[in-house]
Amino acid sequence: MATYSTNQFKNGLKIIMDNDPCSITENIMVKPGKGQAFNRVKMKNLKTGRVLERTFKSTESVEAADVDEMNVEYLYSDGEYWHFMDPTSFEQYAADAVAVGDTAKWIKGQEVCVMTLWNSSPISIAAPNFVELAVAQTDPGLKGDTAQGATKPATLETGSEVKVPLFINEGDVLKIDTRTGEYVSRA
Amino acid sequence: MVENGWQSSASNEILLERALMLKNIRAFFDERGVLEVETPLLSQYSTTDPHLGSLQSRFRDQPCYLNTSPEYAMKRLLAGWKKPIYQICKAFRDDELGPGHNPEFTMLEWYQPDYDAGELMAELAELVTGLWQLAQSKEAESIDYQSTLTPLISLLHTVQFDSLSYQQAFIDVVGINPHKATSAECYQAAKSNNIDIPQGLGLTDELDDWLDWLLTQLVIPAFKKDRFTFMYDYPTSQCALAKITKNEQQVPVAKRFELFFGEIELANGFHELTDANEQLQRFKKENKARIKAGLDCGHIDENFIAALRSGLPECSGVAVGLDRLLMVLAKAAHIEQVISFPWGKA
Repeated sequence: MATYSTNQFKNGLKIIMDNDPCSITENIMVKPGKGQAFNRVKMKNLKTGRVLERTFKSTESVEAADVDEMNVEYLYSDGEYWHFMDPTSFEQYAADAVAVGDTAKWIKGQEVCVMTLWNSSPISIAAPNFVELAVAQTDPGLKGDTAQGATKPATLETGSEVKVPLFINEGDVLKIDTRTGEYVSRA
Repeated sequence: MVENGWQSSASNEILLERALMLKNIRAFFDERGVLEVETPLLSQYSTTDPHLGSLQSRFRDQPCYLNTSPEYAMKRLLAGWKKPIYQICKAFRDDELGPGHNPEFTMLEWYQPDYDAGELMAELAELVTGLWQLAQSKEAESIDYQSTLTPLISLLHTVQFDSLSYQQAFIDVVGINPHKATSAECYQAAKSNNIDIPQGLGLTDELDDWLDWLLTQLVIPAFKKDRFTFMYDYPTSQCALAKITKNEQQVPVAKRFELFFGEIELANGFHELTDANEQLQRFKKENKARIKAGLDCGHIDENFIAALRSGLPECSGVAVGLDRLLMVLAKAAHIEQVISFPWGKA
């Protein structure tokens, strides 16, 4: 079992905390001049995205997390699993609903996503920052309604709903920011 | 590294303030007849303190170490000469890096024969007061009085010092007597004060580890902001190089003191231990603690022990972290703002 000592802690280091893989985001030394040193550490749980804060007595060791990140192309979903492929090795990976999370709302196929693997299993999938998706359903905008910033709901081809300007019609392809879930422009 | 990464991380104003601080410190000691000395930064001997790490170098085939403080060499001068001396030098400590730590830092250290801890605390307060008032008046000068009604008097703060014993600080804030507490009581105190228990800190750990944790999480944060605080009379287990005497309650305490500004630790001083045998025993005990913690054994400075045997005068000494003091004077939040080329740029 690989371990890291607190004096190896730095941002981005992957460790196991509460049985989950975490990435260190902040590491501050707390030390009285002539006394015991401690590390106050902030880390992000790579499965849930939650941030946790822990302190360690210095020289304490923690288990290293075997975590990799890679670019993969989304192939299809069979309803239970979402299937991705490493475009260089053609190796395929199946991610469950927990790993895919909200990303499922924004991908329809062929998008390049960032997959995080822990012990070679996918634990999270990040959608590209911007995706292009067609409008499956939206009510026609009212003629003459020129109010600035007025919006209406639209359902995209992946089933997710976004707020769009009134001039958008069914079949239009839209650019969406997946980080905010907001309409950007017509593609 | 970014394109302008070669530049100093301290602003020109702060570099100027550093020069002024050094000039005024030298003037302060010159006026008092305290002599400036220089001692080696590179030594054959390394620290035995289990909480410090010496950086190692090499001369030809011989390992050597950068000093973690000039204390032993300065006491050797003092044993031979018995005059008040001071030094401004660099000190080096492995694995110390953060908002208030740089592995190479500037230390002011001085010794006054025949002073007890209280007398040296008073002299330190005088030095700091002078530097503080000067920094405040410079700040006041830079204000345009045509456009503000702020009276000058409110800017020239009188310098306030709080002073309390280690025991009183713990009783007030944590609710335990540090000279009588156990690790289990410290654990309970941490729980009842709702502070995190660090991973790796257990009930079988040394009491001092627990006291250090409570100190950094509860005691020091309770010190008043924008004010200097002296804390004195430490537990005997944290005596380092200080004499041990009894306090008013007849409890043995280490004649050690520290100065803080808000939560920033600025200085550490001792009424110095002069007993060579006692000092050697303490070094050996520290080395045992190092071995237990899986660290290298420190190389005990035999010349220092020999100097104590020949006779160190009764004296007090104090070390001041000048980078930290400059942070306070210049109101800087990170040590990198006051050092021209901190670690990472060095």
